[in-house]
Amino acid sequence: MSWETVADLLAAVCFLGACAFALIAALGMSRFPDLLTRMHAATKPQVVGLLLSLVGLALRLREPSVLGLIVLIGAAQAVTSPVSSHMIARAAFRAGQVRRDLLITDELSKVLDHEEPRGAP
Amino acid sequence: MRTMRDGTQRPRRKGAVQAWTVAWMGVAWCLLWRDFSVANLLSGVALGLLVQLAFPLPPLVLPGRIRPLSVLVFFARFTADMLRASLEVSWQVLRWWRPPRSAVLEVDLDSDSDLVLTFVALVTSLVPGSVVVEARRSTHTLFVHVLDVVDDAGVEDARDHVLAVERRVVRALGADRPHRRPEETR
Repeated sequence: MSWETVADLLAAVCFLGACAFALIAALGMSRFPDLLTRMHAATKPQVVGLLLSLVGLALRLREPSVLGLIVLIGAAQAVTSPVSSHMIARAAFRAGQVRRDLLITDELSKVLDHEEPRGAP
Repeated sequence: MRTMRDGTQRPRRKGAVQAWTVAWMGVAWCLLWRDFSVANLLSGVALGLLVQLAFPLPPLVLPGRIRPLSVLVFFARFTADMLRASLEVSWQVLRWWRPPRSAVLEVDLDSDSDLVLTFVALVTSLVPGSVVVEARRSTHTLFVHVLDVVDDAGVEDARDHVLAVERRVVRALGADRPHRRPEETR
């Protein structure tokens, strides 16, 4: 078995894993009770799924020029996804879109009226 | 920093250009074109300059000297955490007979570096099962929503986990060993 066959096999495994994570993300969206828990299902397995499919692509294409682009896509996803999830989570919490009966503890609600000083350093 | 006419503060446009940012923007531009030619590199650098002049940001201050070995440890643990936590969240999704319990907890970071706060927030948001609901820069506090916490011991475990991430970030960035002299700090 040549190393190319091994790389192809590994790529296939990565793609299948990515598909499984995407499917689970979709299932979680429909199953979880409120917005914050749905965010866990929607954003996280999906990021891992994207990274897995990028690894699979790198293993299958085996081209240095594509590799740079793949690293760039992964880095962009890793940097931007937390920002959007933070903004949605923050807005959701302040809008009261939380099932409080499913929370074990809530240490934010009692300090929510804190005024953060504005401006860069 | 300069003060506008209405009292708001903006980063200064003059001196906003940072050499490292221009360099990596040029490299990223070449990666997008998949071709490292001189023309691509020059246009990438020109674009980087333009972007930095149009959207000036305060300069990035490294809190210390970066330790390459600790950076490797940080990335290894991050990848392992991400894979393990993905499987845990997947299990939560597939276990349909019980609704997931979660908790919102306050994590007061030890470090007073903005860069450490940013990295800890990024990692906490990327690792499945936790999402940053609110970040407070003035007190360096993160409020984290954690999936699948069943009791108070689980809450403390989650808090310790975020603080462990912070310790790894601090070690990687060398923030525990400041190389600036005291009179240079504000």
